[in-house]
Amino acid sequence: MYTKKVIEHFRNPHNQGKIKNPDGIGKVGNIVCGDVMWLYIKVRKKKNGEDIISNIKFETFGCTAAIATSSVITDLAKGKSIKEALKINKTKIVESLGGLPPVKIHCSVLAADALDEAIYDYLSKNKKNIPEELKKRHQKIMHEKKTIEEKYKDWIEAEEEMHKNN
Amino acid sequence: MVNKEIKRIYLDYAATTPVDPRVFRAMKPYFLNEFGNSASLHTFGQNAKEALENSREIIAKTLKATSNEIIFNSSATESNNLALKGVAFANKNRGNHIIISPIEHNCVINTAKWLKKQGFEIEKLDIDKYGIVNLDSLKKMIKDETILVSVIHANNEIGTIEPIGEIGEICRKRNIYFHTDAAQSFGKIPIDVKKMNIDLLTASSHKMYGPKGAACLFVRKGVKIEPLLHGGGHEFGLRSSTVNVPAIVGFAKAVEICNKEMEKESQKLIKLRDRLIKGVLNKISGSHLNGHPKKRLPNNANFWFEFVEGESIVMHLDSYGIAASTASACSSPKLEPSHVLLAIGFKPQEAHGSLRVSLGRWTKKEDIDYLIETLANVIKNLRKISPFKKNVY
Repeated sequence: MYTKKVIEHFRNPHNQGKIKNPDGIGKVGNIVCGDVMWLYIKVRKKKNGEDIISNIKFETFGCTAAIATSSVITDLAKGKSIKEALKINKTKIVESLGGLPPVKIHCSVLAADALDEAIYDYLSKNKKNIPEELKKRHQKIMHEKKTIEEKYKDWIEAEEEMHKNN
Repeated sequence: MVNKEIKRIYLDYAATTPVDPRVFRAMKPYFLNEFGNSASLHTFGQNAKEALENSREIIAKTLKATSNEIIFNSSATESNNLALKGVAFANKNRGNHIIISPIEHNCVINTAKWLKKQGFEIEKLDIDKYGIVNLDSLKKMIKDETILVSVIHANNEIGTIEPIGEIGEICRKRNIYFHTDAAQSFGKIPIDVKKMNIDLLTASSHKMYGPKGAACLFVRKGVKIEPLLHGGGHEFGLRSSTVNVPAIVGFAKAVEICNKEMEKESQKLIKLRDRLIKGVLNKISGSHLNGHPKKRLPNNANFWFEFVEGESIVMHLDSYGIAASTASACSSPKLEPSHVLLAIGFKPQEAHGSLRVSLGRWTKKEDIDYLIETLANVIKNLRKISPFKKNVY
């Protein structure tokens, strides 16, 4: 059901881990639903004044497709300008993996959301201009997050309790 | 996809089993020489018919039933459909209430759902955290309109064995038909339909080293039941279709072997299973056993691991040559957590990290040790890339 590319990324994920003092973090997904992705980015200014994603790493809890999409989006975003990185969408992610089973397409959406959120975090922390399109996407992601949290309120509370105890 | 050079270890016997070579040998002549239609008058047909009836007798004897109570068909799914729909429609003048357990296989759950749409009332029994049916809830649930109770003998995911003898007794006293799905248990643990007061029983060939495409439904003499398929009137009018004689010959041979070797085989499997359970729980932090510690199939172990997703575990194990299975939502076509795990009280996030390991006739001690070692590494690596690792270590 998975392509060779997906399996490759899954078995040997690229840019896995954490960045100390990141310039932006994108945290998406929910353990109740089975996928949680955290993306860390480091941003550097190029000589021409453009912001570049100089380093990117991920931490993911999830299935094969969640891990493979996390890995591939770090490849796609690394070295790109913020402007270019914002163009990475689910279609690009799915293409780079040679396809995903239909039921797993949402994993590529999650990866794209994580990158958007990391960039949003960087821009807002640095009081930079946030493109209207990104603002809208951020609002949509926040809204979805709230809906899920509302739906699974009891379970999420129990989960947080478990975290504290560990 | 998988490196062909690595050794492959099959630990998914609950999904399906390889055909035992002795079974394969028994089937072969019925493909090549005695291929006749068992309904034909000539010698070809009559030889096939004789093989069919011998097979029926072997299976009937093993279940302590009589030959004309065994209806051959193609799968456990078909048997369960025939049992539920057939009894429901033949007895609707008596009532419309059907009781099932919440941890039935999907083919019972979804048949019951469909019957609900046809106007039948479906109720699910209470179970404990191991999945064992609460007998008091059964006694309370039975009413004048109840026509059928269906409880799985041993659960396919968590391996829990239900007290079907007691359930049978309660149903018989109240004059209600009792069906049990024994797809996972037949051939592994003893069954006596007389002593256990069973009216209908589902058994499947490919779970016990027989071929796929053969199964049977035991229907006690006198049980009122309607067929699903109408046609030439095969199988006492309850399952029209040309009979799959080679597969049924294989099924019967498989039953014969399982019955003869059951005691020795189950002792061996229980030892291996308990070695696995002990090993995993000791070696891997944040690991838990699902299902009953003792009242479980000799070949089933089911775990859940904190902060790891089951599909990822299965895919990693596969790259090390190990075949196991998961009931995680991410592995299901609808992305829903397993109804069995939810019914025994799992939260969705717990159901994500489940792993089923099912052992079989050719499982060795070395396989179990290799699995424990590999699994510990896989879980460690998956937790390493997970954002939750701090909470585990």
